[in-house]
Amino acid sequence: MILLLAGLVISALAVVMIRDLLKAAVSLAVLSAILTVILFLLKAPLAAAFELSVCAGLITVVFISTISMTKLRTKEEVAKHQVERRRRFRLLPAIVVAMLCAGVALMLPHLGQMIPAGVPQVAAAADTAVFWNQRQADLLGQIVMVLAGVLGVLIFFKESDKP
Amino acid sequence: MLVPFLFIGIPLAAVVILNALNWKNRWISLWAAVAVSVIQLGLGVWDLVRVVSTGTPVSSSFFGNFTVDSFAAIVLTIIGLLGCVTALVATGTIHESRFSFGSALLVLLMGMNGVVMVRDVFSLYVFIEVTGAASFLLIAIDKKRDELEGAFKYYLMSALATVMMLLSVAFLFVLSGGTSYDGIAAYVASLNGNYPVMLNAAILLFVIALSIKSGVVPFHTWVPDAHSSAPSPVSVVLAGVVIKVSGVYALMRVYRDVFLNDPKIGMALAILAIASILVGALGAIGQSDIKRMLAFSSVSQIGYIILGVSTGSMLGFVGALMHFFNHATFKSLLFTDAAAVYHQTGTRDMDQMGGLGAKMPYTSVSSIIGLLSMSGIPPLSGFWSKLVIVIAVWQVSPGLAIAALCLSVLTLGYFLILQKKVFFGKLNPAMDAVTEVGGSLRFVEVLLSAINVLAGLLFPVVLYYLHMRGIL
Repeated sequence: MILLLAGLVISALAVVMIRDLLKAAVSLAVLSAILTVILFLLKAPLAAAFELSVCAGLITVVFISTISMTKLRTKEEVAKHQVERRRRFRLLPAIVVAMLCAGVALMLPHLGQMIPAGVPQVAAAADTAVFWNQRQADLLGQIVMVLAGVLGVLIFFKESDKP
Repeated sequence: MLVPFLFIGIPLAAVVILNALNWKNRWISLWAAVAVSVIQLGLGVWDLVRVVSTGTPVSSSFFGNFTVDSFAAIVLTIIGLLGCVTALVATGTIHESRFSFGSALLVLLMGMNGVVMVRDVFSLYVFIEVTGAASFLLIAIDKKRDELEGAFKYYLMSALATVMMLLSVAFLFVLSGGTSYDGIAAYVASLNGNYPVMLNAAILLFVIALSIKSGVVPFHTWVPDAHSSAPSPVSVVLAGVVIKVSGVYALMRVYRDVFLNDPKIGMALAILAIASILVGALGAIGQSDIKRMLAFSSVSQIGYIILGVSTGSMLGFVGALMHFFNHATFKSLLFTDAAAVYHQTGTRDMDQMGGLGAKMPYTSVSSIIGLLSMSGIPPLSGFWSKLVIVIAVWQVSPGLAIAALCLSVLTLGYFLILQKKVFFGKLNPAMDAVTEVGGSLRFVEVLLSAINVLAGLLFPVVLYYLHMRGIL
């Protein structure tokens, strides 16, 4: 599990730090795949199935389609951007690792107190009832979100409106 | 009862029809947004009258559980009004992207309406995300560099807020076994104030997340950049209603209906509120960009709304709701005036302006009305809301009430700076050819000025009515 979590953090850093958008999208797919395995190990097969199909599958396809609509930078733009990126992201891995270590060190002694003894264990039936049967409103929200995404592609990648 | 669903169904149908057919007239998108907003305004008023007369909320279970009580009906009406005003301002200021603008505005309306009507924290998260996505599109719609930068900053802060909110929802689900407002509230009530660490963490995350969305200090840094870089009508809707619905409304609803006006949360909110009033006002005083000044002013005025909510009393809540309405009207009026000045002069730098009062009389007078209302000068609407908030805060903490009163002088400060630099004084020779705006911008200025004045005259009647009903 620790190896998987480390892999998760490394692929997340890769998504942010890799220059090539296509490789960053692939790193995101790798991150989703690792998360899928973690969710299976934590006995959440439904969440794992959705993570794999939606995040590792559908979202990667959407990202790659969008990236295919972008224009490549010239060599001069790449060189200038490379210098700025190196300066900006130099400390990012160190900051992330430091924050993780600090978080673990602070939370580890108090893990037992985080969930009080009397809290009812969430049963699979409660999961199904709350996160499956009562989500009609969210379905409408997701339809609107997909519309927003389509509009976004039209706004940012289409030629300007005719007069 | 289908009406609550219509607040999402009608804009959804409009977006689908607009984008499915090939319209020759590209203006139709904006006029469709105006029409849908006017329908929403009518439905909101109808729902409010129905809820007040029957005493029960209006619910719909068609495609989701949506409920409209009196609080939601008032906010839905405000959203309808601001949607109409934004689309009208866009007809006078947006040219290239007008078709996309209308569609994106309708998506924004759907998102905000969903935030207002849901009774579930997870659904609240979903619709806040929809509102954020639509806002991002609108801010960056012209694809200019500063717009994209402002939109990106806004989206980063919004993403941080929604991640915290999602974590909080997960904690609340583990503790209470559900995600509905009523279910979580029942669990919180059963604890009698003895909250476990996990619940405290959930409350902290939720309050911080919604404070980021509201633009409350110290999470306000994205507000001036997003407001100033956005196109003019987007600034109107962002300041007028978006940050208030996706942040302040959600905070009010969750604080009252889920966390049951917990006094410890109230104290934290009061501290954030006073900090926002102070920092927002001081930030506004130091600005030379008219839109950045108004953006910092929004931070300050939202502090007053949060201060009213933090009292936990019905009087404070009513004051906060009144200021919610007033801020929507006077801030959107001021951003419309800023749009008028920018489009006629070509600049937002107040140091280059001066003496525009004679050249732009409608804009000048409407800005005076908006700023006087914001400063809490009677008999305009802002006076009544600030008065009710200060009285409510006085009942809980006289010291905080005195602080809020003293800090309101700063509002007058930046009001006078704006008026002196832009409309009064000697006319800058470079501005000699400037003329007053016409068409939709002038109509919006007159409309919102009239609303500010009428609301100021009618608020005492509303307060008397609430007193007679035993609510105050």
